[in-house]
Amino acid sequence: MKRVYVNEDRCLGCHLCETYCAFANSGETDMVKAFKTGKDAVPRIRIEEGDGINFAVQCRHCADPLCVKGCIAGALSVNNGVIEINHDKCVGCYTCVLSCPYGCIVIDYKNGGRTVTKCELCTRNNAGEPACAANCINRAIVFEERGED
Amino acid sequence: MKYVIIGNSAAAIGAVQGIREYDKDGNIVIISDEKYHTYSRPLISYYLKGAVSEDNMKYRPESFYADNNVETMLGVKAVSVDSAAKKVILEDGGEVAYDKLLIATGSKPFVPPMEGLDKVEKKFSFMKLDDVKAVEQTVKQGSKVLIIGAGLIGLKAAEALEHYGADMTVIDLADRILPSILDSEASEIMMNHIKSKGIKFMLSTSVKSFEAHSAELTNGVTVDFDFVILAVGVRPNTELAESAGGSVNRGIETDKTQAVKNVSDIYAAGDCTKSYDITSESERILALLPNAFMQGNVAGKNMAGKETYYFNAFPMNAIGFFGLHIITAGSYDGEAYTEINGKNYKKLFTKDNALKGFILMGNKIERAGIYTSMIREHIALDEVDFEALKKNPMLMAFSRERRNEKLAGGVGNGN
Amino acid sequence: MPVNFFPAEFEVVRNSDRCIKCRACERQCSNEVHIYDADFDKMLSRDNQCVDCQRCVSICPVSALKIVPNENAFRKSANYSQQLMIENYRQAGSGGVLLSSMGNPQDYPVYWDKILINASQVTNPPIDPLREPMETKVFLGKKPAGIKKNPDGSIDTHTEPYLELNMPILFSAMSYGSISKNAHESLARAATELGTYYNTGEGGLHKDFYQYGKNTIVQVASGRFGVFKDYLDTGAAIEIKMGQGAKPGIGGHLPGAKIREDVSKTRMIPMGTDAISPAPHHDIYSIEDLRQLIFSLKEATEYKKPVIVKVAAVHNVAAIASGIARSGADIIAIDGFRGGTGAAPTRIRDNVGIPIELALAAVDQRLRDEGIRNEVSIIAAGSVRSSADAVKAIALGADAVYIGTPALLALGCHLCRSCHSGKCNWGIATQRPDLVKRLNPDVGYQRLVNLVNAWNHEIKEIMGGMGINSIEALRGNRLMLRGIGLSQKELDILGILHAGE
Repeated sequence: MKRVYVNEDRCLGCHLCETYCAFANSGETDMVKAFKTGKDAVPRIRIEEGDGINFAVQCRHCADPLCVKGCIAGALSVNNGVIEINHDKCVGCYTCVLSCPYGCIVIDYKNGGRTVTKCELCTRNNAGEPACAANCINRAIVFEERGED
Repeated sequence: MKYVIIGNSAAAIGAVQGIREYDKDGNIVIISDEKYHTYSRPLISYYLKGAVSEDNMKYRPESFYADNNVETMLGVKAVSVDSAAKKVILEDGGEVAYDKLLIATGSKPFVPPMEGLDKVEKKFSFMKLDDVKAVEQTVKQGSKVLIIGAGLIGLKAAEALEHYGADMTVIDLADRILPSILDSEASEIMMNHIKSKGIKFMLSTSVKSFEAHSAELTNGVTVDFDFVILAVGVRPNTELAESAGGSVNRGIETDKTQAVKNVSDIYAAGDCTKSYDITSESERILALLPNAFMQGNVAGKNMAGKETYYFNAFPMNAIGFFGLHIITAGSYDGEAYTEINGKNYKKLFTKDNALKGFILMGNKIERAGIYTSMIREHIALDEVDFEALKKNPMLMAFSRERRNEKLAGGVGNGN
Repeated sequence: MPVNFFPAEFEVVRNSDRCIKCRACERQCSNEVHIYDADFDKMLSRDNQCVDCQRCVSICPVSALKIVPNENAFRKSANYSQQLMIENYRQAGSGGVLLSSMGNPQDYPVYWDKILINASQVTNPPIDPLREPMETKVFLGKKPAGIKKNPDGSIDTHTEPYLELNMPILFSAMSYGSISKNAHESLARAATELGTYYNTGEGGLHKDFYQYGKNTIVQVASGRFGVFKDYLDTGAAIEIKMGQGAKPGIGGHLPGAKIREDVSKTRMIPMGTDAISPAPHHDIYSIEDLRQLIFSLKEATEYKKPVIVKVAAVHNVAAIASGIARSGADIIAIDGFRGGTGAAPTRIRDNVGIPIELALAAVDQRLRDEGIRNEVSIIAAGSVRSSADAVKAIALGADAVYIGTPALLALGCHLCRSCHSGKCNWGIATQRPDLVKRLNPDVGYQRLVNLVNAWNHEIKEIMGGMGINSIEALRGNRLMLRGIGLSQKELDILGILHAGE
């Protein structure tokens, strides 16, 4: 299955992936409008910054996902390998935040933390392919098949 | 092959999914004394406060049983198991034969003997959907409520009832709230937070005697109420395992495949069982939904003939009260690292070059799973930049090799 | 606070209606021009630190930025331009030599733009390169003067060593040190894929790039940095650098700060020491001395590799080239005064040397006149900006062209001419690891390949228009060129007729 991978030798820590992610998930077609009207979403990708090293992390779409197994509400499910969240079912208990070994479940502060949210590989917005990879300025983030299932 | 599962909650669903991974054709029968489609027990408080509809409480989609070819016997109570004849005996006298049986019966409320309890007209447990439906019928704007038990269940009930403007008093025999998951500092922070919502606490006390609408406490105070929530504790439902001759010691005892000790072809999973906690290195009851699912899942795989072990259980909780969230895991044993900033609290416990447990509260909860994985994967602290990790959970603090393994190579297995 | 004699050169214009304060500009500016101010909740700019590299403009996700020249104007003078005044202020402050980078930006005539190319009509019809074969393969080196026979009567098929190029374009010398490792990797991989060559410059060859040796020209310059047996053996050809178009007559100076571990190893000098290339080769004071070095290098590499001698285009370049052709060199590279550099004294860059167009025409003519044109191939360098320039260069007599600046443009360079600061925001002219990272060689090499392939398509198209199907038939074919707006003297030197003639 195609996944998002980040090459930390290439990642510049510009955080534009976060910007593009928030925009892609905002439902707006214009980035200025998304951010200026507050409709931008919480980025599902997060840059980690270290001493000369940066990399982006987001949901790895594990084959054996602890977040899905642990979800008390049945709000997380796997659909064609993509771990999806049903925001109507999520009650914001954060068991998935507790479970995810990558720290990739994002608390949606845009709705006051009422639910969590996460990367769904842009399968449910209009981006077509993951916005982080499509817009990475240094091709550090790629969306590709690497033989994992 | 005929699989029979008694119970219809997380462990049972985990088992169905586990069985179906390896056996698409065998018959699966679910027997449950509740009449509902599988629903999430922990969501009952959210239902009561109107945060989730009954439909959205479904733990799996409406089509789950059909999709997985599961026969359900809902509203049917199993009373015993004849392990010699490989049969489950039902309350109505009926029998269900099995090749492999899973006992996933969960737990029941524990109500200690209290003088005059029978005089109390309106008293409720807070475990099942029917419990909250009954509360929903009873509660009125401004109802006076006595909640007995300042644990997870009692306080979740309080949070839900606050939605109705209930006038609540929470009592507990312990001297602090949530003693099972919080240390005393964190208990204090949380109690003050909940108090600020107008909820009264009386600790280190219990009911001396009840009248129909009041209770006299051992501390001499009398509390008036319209109804009582009984949330003292829970006990595993072990009767079926005992009737089958399985090994029971407070909880049902199983091996690492979730097979019940002392009998064959019977498995158990969920809140009715004991688990081996890797952080305290002891057998204990871990009544937690994620644990139940995973035990059930492992049981299901073994029932279908795929030998699988469950060996990394430990306590973990994610819960919030009135917007203040807590994430905890493991055992609170060893050297502690503490950060306190108002309601934001962090405590990490390390011992023998490993993270053993943590308590996170408020804005310290983000990315908690990275800490959890350190416990689960027994990450040696000298392999990581723990000084950085202490402050912020991050993958940067792991070695480059481990990062690559996590992010680029070894996709896939939280386990 | 001292008086600020001159204003910021550029002004950062930020459209706050569009700016979403994502702070990407702030994170990506090595000159620290952009800064987020929490009190104003706004991005602010420090205009005086801006070098107009356009990095921020290029990455801004909402196109909220533009960089414009500061319109503040000193009182106009046709004699003392504002630029000249500022340079004098600057020197009065610093007491130092002015430094610049990249090519001469001054307003001298660009002869390429005053030369027009012919096309066939009716007779000698044009050729459609999409339908008919079109040869752009070039061999650089000595050409046999005639047929020689062995004592047994058979034909002597021995040829001198040569370079084979799929197209008449090579990447110019740019040293590892002046440009980043990622830039070098991009060039090396692109040259390999294109079937042409890149040039190490005087920086030695990083061990990681030995694998691209077949497409590498290794340079030997006055500092002899990084030169040793393996280095010479690895390259496909050896270039002796006598001069550089951007700074004829002077040497080079890579400051110690840029000599980090890898550069130090590659150049074979201690870390942190300045790498000073002397103005002359201290062992070359005559054509005979040059001949000695050429043959030393040939001897060291068993006469298997062609030797290139690179000189800057200066006044008597034709006579110099004649000497070089007789010295045993296989190829002469002539670098015009608009050629790029990683750092040069401004006054030298802007005032020394002559245009490549005139130098090339003069050299080609001189070698023909002396009957030694076949002794050497000629590479023209120093601001070949497009495929049209390349075609004109070949028609003026070049065998091939070196491109440097266009290659850097392909890698993202915006010609801000601040290479000497070492803070290149595009990851090209820098050794700062966080900046080097910004040039992803996977992307860079592909863009180089694209650029050169595109040029080669255009070269074929233009050749087809002239009814020429082989680059060999274009070389020195000055009848294909006409001048426009040029004096008779200029036309005579270029060896072309005026348009209409």
